[in-house]
Amino acid sequence: MTPVLELNEASFSYRGHAAPVVEDISLTVETGQSLALVGESGAGKTTLLRLLLGLARATTGTVRFDGEELKPRNSEQMRRFRRSVQCVFQDPYSSLDPRQRVGGIVSEPLRSLGLDSRSTAGPKVADALERVGLPADAAERYPHEFSGGQRQRIAIARATVCDPRVLLADEPVSALDVTTRVKVVDLLNELKQERGLTLVMVSHDLSVVASLCERTAVLESGHIVEQGGTAQVLGAPAHPYTRRLVESVPRLPA
Amino acid sequence: MNILDVRDLTIRTADGRILVDRLSLAMAPGERLGLIGESGSGKSLTTLAVLGLLPDGMTVTGSAELAGTQIVGASEKQLTGVRGQDAAIVFQEPLTALDPLMRVGRQIAEPLSRRRGLKGAELKRAVVAALEQVRLPEPDRIARAFPHEISGGQRQRVALAMALACEPKLLIADEPTTALDVTVQSDMLDLLDTLVRERDMAVLFVSHDLAVVARVTERVLVMKDGRAVEEGDVREIVRTPREEYTKALVESARQLESALDLRSTR
Amino acid sequence: MKRSTKRSYTLTVGCVLAGLIAVLALVSLFWLPYAADDTSGGRLTGPGAGHLLGTDKLGRDLFTQLMTGSRIAFEAGLGSVLIAAALGGTLGVLAAFAQGWIDDTLSAFLDILIAFPTLLLAMLIVAARSATLGSAVLAIGLAQSAVVARLVRILVKRVLAQDYITAARTSGTSWPRIVAGHVLPNIWPTLVVNLALQFGLAVLAEAGLSYLGLGAPPPNASWGRMLQEAQATFTTAPAGALAPGILLVLLVIGVNLIADGLRDTLDPAARRRRA
Repeated sequence: MTPVLELNEASFSYRGHAAPVVEDISLTVETGQSLALVGESGAGKTTLLRLLLGLARATTGTVRFDGEELKPRNSEQMRRFRRSVQCVFQDPYSSLDPRQRVGGIVSEPLRSLGLDSRSTAGPKVADALERVGLPADAAERYPHEFSGGQRQRIAIARATVCDPRVLLADEPVSALDVTTRVKVVDLLNELKQERGLTLVMVSHDLSVVASLCERTAVLESGHIVEQGGTAQVLGAPAHPYTRRLVESVPRLPA
Repeated sequence: MNILDVRDLTIRTADGRILVDRLSLAMAPGERLGLIGESGSGKSLTTLAVLGLLPDGMTVTGSAELAGTQIVGASEKQLTGVRGQDAAIVFQEPLTALDPLMRVGRQIAEPLSRRRGLKGAELKRAVVAALEQVRLPEPDRIARAFPHEISGGQRQRVALAMALACEPKLLIADEPTTALDVTVQSDMLDLLDTLVRERDMAVLFVSHDLAVVARVTERVLVMKDGRAVEEGDVREIVRTPREEYTKALVESARQLESALDLRSTR
Repeated sequence: MKRSTKRSYTLTVGCVLAGLIAVLALVSLFWLPYAADDTSGGRLTGPGAGHLLGTDKLGRDLFTQLMTGSRIAFEAGLGSVLIAAALGGTLGVLAAFAQGWIDDTLSAFLDILIAFPTLLLAMLIVAARSATLGSAVLAIGLAQSAVVARLVRILVKRVLAQDYITAARTSGTSWPRIVAGHVLPNIWPTLVVNLALQFGLAVLAEAGLSYLGLGAPPPNASWGRMLQEAQATFTTAPAGALAPGILLVLLVIGVNLIADGLRDTLDPAARRRRA
């Protein structure tokens, strides 16, 4: 089966900087095989995500979507891509426009992709909000009326309203309290199962990774040091860095 | 005498909302206490109140005695005598806790010269020693660096060195490792544990993470919505939480952690 | 609670002050007590029945001049702010989107324009055109464009760094729609407040230019020229200088209060604090 997303020996460096942020990255995202990109700050996780989102272009190597090379100038392909690949961010405060009502926020992908107008988007927005466990009247309210956890649900509703196949998520629960975190992890698991969503998640939180992703790739300073099934990578780490990462996770006292 | 004795501490906003509600806690010299709670629980406000650092407009009632000095209602002059000497604090975000325009060495030198009256070469040696004791490599280089020139983990070590500089009797650590990477967090917790153990220093450790708190303290106080919910031995609380909220908290933490266990047994 | 009443009070007082002068200006469009060049009143008569505030040294009615001056003050303020908003806004948005050397060049250009004295600019424009209100407004507007452009550039950059802009991009929203739908609504409150302040500054600048003879030519009286003409007779007939001076101060205080009030009502964070 053709992978939905594929990075092929991709590198990225900022203009004028010799040292690449990420180098020689090859990974594939297959339907139903959620992938975690694990690593610490400065490892290049967010850059990888930007490459996969088509927001940055690989300096060398390619990004493929459904087997074709992703070309930002090909507007027909980009429309299909945007519809299939959506994104959730870490900070639920910065990711919602404070001056738009929730209804407007959630319907943005529908309107921008030409699937619906503001007037016809209503039912889909209501469905999306219900799916993430928010009341229907949430659409009329502004983001600042909601808590951090609720705001992350709004962001998830926006990212799933156009029925994407892949959800890219940048540390989607790390800004949330522990009790809220569990609920959002549960919600993401539900979306995976009920809507066949494949997650690509950047995270430093190994327990969240283990809860959500079938596959894991470990990044250390711009390189993938280990990748494979999550159970294998985190359960029996082969690379010393992965081992150190796993051992560093603080555990509850027995 | 207790190093910290908080009784019926109540913190209100200017418009009368209660943020901390009749909180009481006591710490003996050298004792370690974990303050657990989620955002909005009032845990950070409590630590600020203990040092008389609450933002303007908030009113405090009740009592908070730090090494015998009543903090509630104390004058700024009395407070300056207490801060640094009796208690020092390390914040969550080391970048905002350090002055971005001052070299690291000078920031550490300041409390050393003010409190211990050190000068010249003696002061310089004390700065390097302070950086060495928090296990910073190349202390000479770090002393000359600006905060943005060193990593987040190094900045937090500098902040810790500053807090320890005057050998306070109580160290308050407010989510000191939350902004750090996992591996850095682990090292930082070890360091903190070793340093306070060596000095018989009391520690008030504030965190949202039970597992992190358990690395440093034995006794914890769980807070929710400004109130103390439950207090006791951290192992006990994790094993058999009594209150509804503590149960939910432990349950959530367990659920996340269990994902790791299931996989690794295969 | 106490704060919110104080806030609305600021806005109300500002509106009343500026509103009174706006009424004078509006009425002057349709009716004036005397014609602008009517010198029949006798010189420096002082306040009285026929002339509410008296006459100037040429025998012209002071109140009439004050009304025309109000109109000119508003024309100067609105005109300059419109130029500043249109030109400065466009430049600012462009500079915010530009990267590398284009951004650097634009920023350097704006810095030079800000450092360039408005007075010198006005003299150049007057030399090239003529001493009219239009020239003064053009000079003030151009100078203010640079200030507004720099503010807009920073505001837009700050909004562009927010995750909701990235979210809009990954939703397939085009750049023009991102600017119209996300950027402008989010910079609008700060911009409006700043433009209100610029309005006050423009009124002051115009008065200064007219004082120097670089503003609207006679017989149209502007406050600045009234001040200049009344300067010599200030000790004997203070009304001629006091009246325009007081109105100038009231109008500037008024718009500044409006700016303050707007800042508080438009800022969602402040609204939230009150809620």
